[in-house]
Amino acid sequence: MEIAIISGKGGTGKSSISAAFATLSEEVVLADCDVDAANLFILFNPVHEEEESFVGGEKAIIDRELCTNCGLCIPYCAFDAISLSSEGVIISDTACDGCHLCKRICPHQAIRMIDNDKSRLYSGSFRNGLMVYGRLAPGEENSGKLVNLVREKARKQSKAFGMETIIIDGPPGIGCPVISSITGVDQVVIVTEPSLSGLHDLKRAADVSGSFGIQTRVIINKADLDEAMSDKIETWCKERGLDIVARIPFNPEVVEAMVNCKSISEWAPDSETSQILRKTWKEILNGKS
Amino acid sequence: MTDYKPFKIAIASGKGGTGKTLVATNLFHSLVSREIQASLVDCDAEAPNARLFFEGKLEKSFEVTQQVPVIDESLCTYCGKCQDYCHYNAIFILPPAKFIKVIEDLCHGCGACTVACKFGAITEKAIPLGEVRRYSLSGKNALIESRMKTGVYSPVSVIKAGIKEAGNGQMVIMDAPPGTSCPFIQTVDRADFVVLVTEPTPFGLSDLRQSVETLKGMKKPCGVIVNRAGLGNHSLYEYLEKEHIPLLMEIPFDRDIARTYAHGGKLKDLDPSWEDRFLALFEIIILENGNSHHKR
Repeated sequence: MEIAIISGKGGTGKSSISAAFATLSEEVVLADCDVDAANLFILFNPVHEEEESFVGGEKAIIDRELCTNCGLCIPYCAFDAISLSSEGVIISDTACDGCHLCKRICPHQAIRMIDNDKSRLYSGSFRNGLMVYGRLAPGEENSGKLVNLVREKARKQSKAFGMETIIIDGPPGIGCPVISSITGVDQVVIVTEPSLSGLHDLKRAADVSGSFGIQTRVIINKADLDEAMSDKIETWCKERGLDIVARIPFNPEVVEAMVNCKSISEWAPDSETSQILRKTWKEILNGKS
Repeated sequence: MTDYKPFKIAIASGKGGTGKTLVATNLFHSLVSREIQASLVDCDAEAPNARLFFEGKLEKSFEVTQQVPVIDESLCTYCGKCQDYCHYNAIFILPPAKFIKVIEDLCHGCGACTVACKFGAITEKAIPLGEVRRYSLSGKNALIESRMKTGVYSPVSVIKAGIKEAGNGQMVIMDAPPGTSCPFIQTVDRADFVVLVTEPTPFGLSDLRQSVETLKGMKKPCGVIVNRAGLGNHSLYEYLEKEHIPLLMEIPFDRDIARTYAHGGKLKDLDPSWEDRFLALFEIIILENGNSHHKR
């Protein structure tokens, strides 16, 4: 069973909750798909057994010796990446999308493509099972593709080692890497917080998971920071037909746990937070709504 | 009065939810209340929230689009050159079956297929990626929101269009998307200074490190605001000291702040001195980056 934890808005506690769920399981495959800001490895310090490099795309570069600064390529670039500077024609590596068109039309063969290969995929083991995660190099695109690779690897590991449960810690937002994190999963859990922003982003995240027809549940984290707003979110969820699986109070022990490289369920197993999370995780695993 | 040259400040963070929008909206509010002409651009196009903090009149909105190919099958010879030119696998072709299809979701709008086709079979049409909305506040101050449509692969075009809408004539505060990938780069690339908002936790530090390294590579000056100060541990401060990164401000962890923010309120509602503190923050950034002139 694959369970994806997403949030829309960042910082709602997605990773802390994923960590708690992971450490409540005997044997689990944990896939950190927040490839842009992977964090779970900090808590779990996994033993790396495999490291693969990931080519996230290509970038065009100009050979100064061959370029005549004719500027023919400039209007062809749909990404406004090419311009004429005092040094001649230059290509911005942040704006280049890697489409190859400039290379193809250059009459002097002065443009070639190089791989963006600084992103990595790691796979290994941690104290409650196996862990797979990706780290996207700064400024690189195709995070959705890296997410797909992380998930593919997680499924392979799940099969090879007979660990049925896969927990996916997804990225914030609603873009391509989020879609890649939730397609084909059995359940989506959206972690929100009681704020206008939290509700607004919950709606957008629910639209995305709803469009794939995936069973979706909602956790309101730090619910007691604003009970009235939490009620408002709960009402909205009911109207939308989404299950609220838990309202978790704000607990500074969650941060303490993180500082000590533990999940809350490891650090304070008897706390109210851990008890709620244990019950919630059971409900999610039972799959009933 | 003090006059300032146009300057762009991006408010960013590696980790989501550290308080970017809190800082951006409060900073912008301080500028507006002191009659400094400014625009706030919400560049977090996947989850735009800044609008929730201001009452403004929608002045205009426009759609941001991307070009995708349209194939005229009566002219297509199924030669496959367009498929060969496409680096995004957005053209599917089966020559024996005389079948060709554009997969619009995969198309990045580069135009290579149009260039490839020697038979005039490819034209282009625009498909929507999102919207830019301009809300006018008091005077010439505006809130500009970049809002990506759900299901679109990248928010970059919508972000660029929002920043462009703000223009170069005045102060611009940009609420950047989280992370360090393309959307972040495209936002901070257009900024004169970057404020990184983080929290003093291991997750916060790990993501801050990645943001700082990315900005160093881009040669962008930056400073740090620590939000939820008092939670977590001291490693973040040790890191800032070691890397000589200026600590611009601390915002304490406080349930009242969290609650005020949750309702779309501003810090000065809790304590009026925040307005001056954000103004001081702005002046420090402007002064340290040698871009101000005073006139009477």
